[in-house]
Amino acid sequence: MTTLLPGSVPASTATGESFATVAVRGLSHWYGSGSMRRQVLQGIDLEIHPGEVVLLTGPSGCGKTTLLTLVGALRQVMEGSVRVLGCELNSSGRHERQLLRRSVGMIFQGHNLLRCLTAEQNVQMGADLLPDLGYRARRDLSREWLRAVGLSDHLSKLPHDLSGGQKQRVAIARALAAHPRLLLADEPTAALDSRTGREVVDLLKRLAREEGCAVLMVTHDPRILDVADRLVRMEDGRLWASDTVVG
Amino acid sequence: MTFWQGRRIPLAWLLLTRQPMRLAVALAGITFAGILMFMQLGFRDALFDSSVTVHKLFDTDLVLVSPRTKSSISMSGFPQRRLVQAMADADVTGTTPVHWNLLLWRNPQTKATRSILALGFEPGDPLFIDPAVTALAPRLTQKGRVLFDDQSRNEFGPVAKWFREGRTVESEVAGKRLRVAGLFTAGASFGADGNILTSRETFLSLLPNTPPGSIELGLIRLRPGADPAAVAQRLRRLLPEDVSVLTKQGFLDLEIDYWRSSTAIGFIFTLGAAMGFVVGCVIVYQILYSDVSDHLPEYATLMAMGYSLLTLLGVVAREGLLLAIFGYLPAYGAGQVLYGVIHAATKLPVAMAADRAITVFLMILVMCMGSAALAMRKLGDADPADIF
Repeated sequence: MTTLLPGSVPASTATGESFATVAVRGLSHWYGSGSMRRQVLQGIDLEIHPGEVVLLTGPSGCGKTTLLTLVGALRQVMEGSVRVLGCELNSSGRHERQLLRRSVGMIFQGHNLLRCLTAEQNVQMGADLLPDLGYRARRDLSREWLRAVGLSDHLSKLPHDLSGGQKQRVAIARALAAHPRLLLADEPTAALDSRTGREVVDLLKRLAREEGCAVLMVTHDPRILDVADRLVRMEDGRLWASDTVVG
Repeated sequence: MTFWQGRRIPLAWLLLTRQPMRLAVALAGITFAGILMFMQLGFRDALFDSSVTVHKLFDTDLVLVSPRTKSSISMSGFPQRRLVQAMADADVTGTTPVHWNLLLWRNPQTKATRSILALGFEPGDPLFIDPAVTALAPRLTQKGRVLFDDQSRNEFGPVAKWFREGRTVESEVAGKRLRVAGLFTAGASFGADGNILTSRETFLSLLPNTPPGSIELGLIRLRPGADPAAVAQRLRRLLPEDVSVLTKQGFLDLEIDYWRSSTAIGFIFTLGAAMGFVVGCVIVYQILYSDVSDHLPEYATLMAMGYSLLTLLGVVAREGLLLAIFGYLPAYGAGQVLYGVIHAATKLPVAMAADRAITVFLMILVMCMGSAALAMRKLGDADPADIF
């Protein structure tokens, strides 16, 4: 699975776009079949470069989440090309997608933490995906990440005992603990108040920057648009505009 | 391969233990099923074991019984002459004619009567392997004396206790007064709740209608080194059809086969154990299925993070394994205690046999792992694409 590692992209594909973390070309997607078939994505083109923070906005139902699941290798690509970290997802197998997902961090609308694990153990579920790292190293890594998100006093708390913002910060630590090259976030601030939401997004951006990790974030929240390097707007399954924000 | 990743977060363990109520219900169910299986299989084995408690004691290589004899509770007679004829074979060194019947024993304390197995033999003849019986046998030469089995059920009265206290214990058997001249050790069986030994003379006085020269059991001892099966083959040719020649093991098998096939008892206990198994399966499946359903979004999250389906199946399998181990241990302990209680109450030879302990563990393991395998199908519903 060497093609999954961005550093080992074959030279033959090393055209300009192969250096992009994400390169989407002519992507279309449908749901349902027969007369119920409905197109949700129509000829999407998108590129995200290493370290870039891209915000995807648009009305609900316009296909943002579908795009996110396709880029995150959670869904089989139907038409077009999706190249993530040098790996072509169209025609990829189940196993290849599973391995690719290890290099893609995901942050969900809800925190999606494991209820039976403590904050530290949840983060370690992320760190456990790293190969060639002993248990102790992975545990220390988890603690470091929790400290980075400002939760070093809450290591052994269950998600149940954490506030919404704290849970989302644990989720960020968990996503980053696996050393992802790409971070996908689906409305990470939806369940948070504006101040906490702001803090979480700032934290996300800062840590992603430090890690050199590209970010694709779906959001409705107008208060956080300024964290983006680039804003992409989606409507009816099409990407409309790409603005470069000076933030 | 992914089964014991000791270096990982013990997810299966945490999933189980962070829900103590559900775990307690699951363990109670498995333990219950285990106890049920231990009891049913214990009874079944005890039945087959105890049906030959007395048979095992005989000092013999071959036996003669009537072809009409199907079990120890209905021994038919055959002519004693056949034993004398058997002496014609060069390998036969000795024989013992034995009378065998169930008689009514009157409890010397409560005066209630109860059926007891009486064996009549010539006090000078070898009967049991146990030398203690041989040593006590001369006491039976006096008419109206019996040896009483101190392992007989308590319903026969405190005979052994009184005898050991030095009292003269007298009772009535088949309407005749008898005195206990000593104690021996055999044990109750499903066919007989207790045993007494008498001389043939005493035995015939208790059953005066016995046809002369008729016995129920003939013991045949062979010279050392003789092949019992070969001698049995020769005797079958030599003796007429009114007698069956069996090896000692054949005699035991005859009795065990009777209880196994002619009665529903073996089937009933096996069915009881099977029901325990089914009940356990249902409980474990319920627990594991609802566990997977409840955690479906979390399993989907793990898949989205890049964990393989195989790893997650391993988590469910480990949950099944942990349930099996922690459900089995209390069942084993309870089984030990209950076997002790049952042995004390019924004198049946029930005890924790290693093969049964393993059988029940394997059944619990199959129960838990099978249920886990069924619950795993639910894991197929965990679609990481649905959680965004």
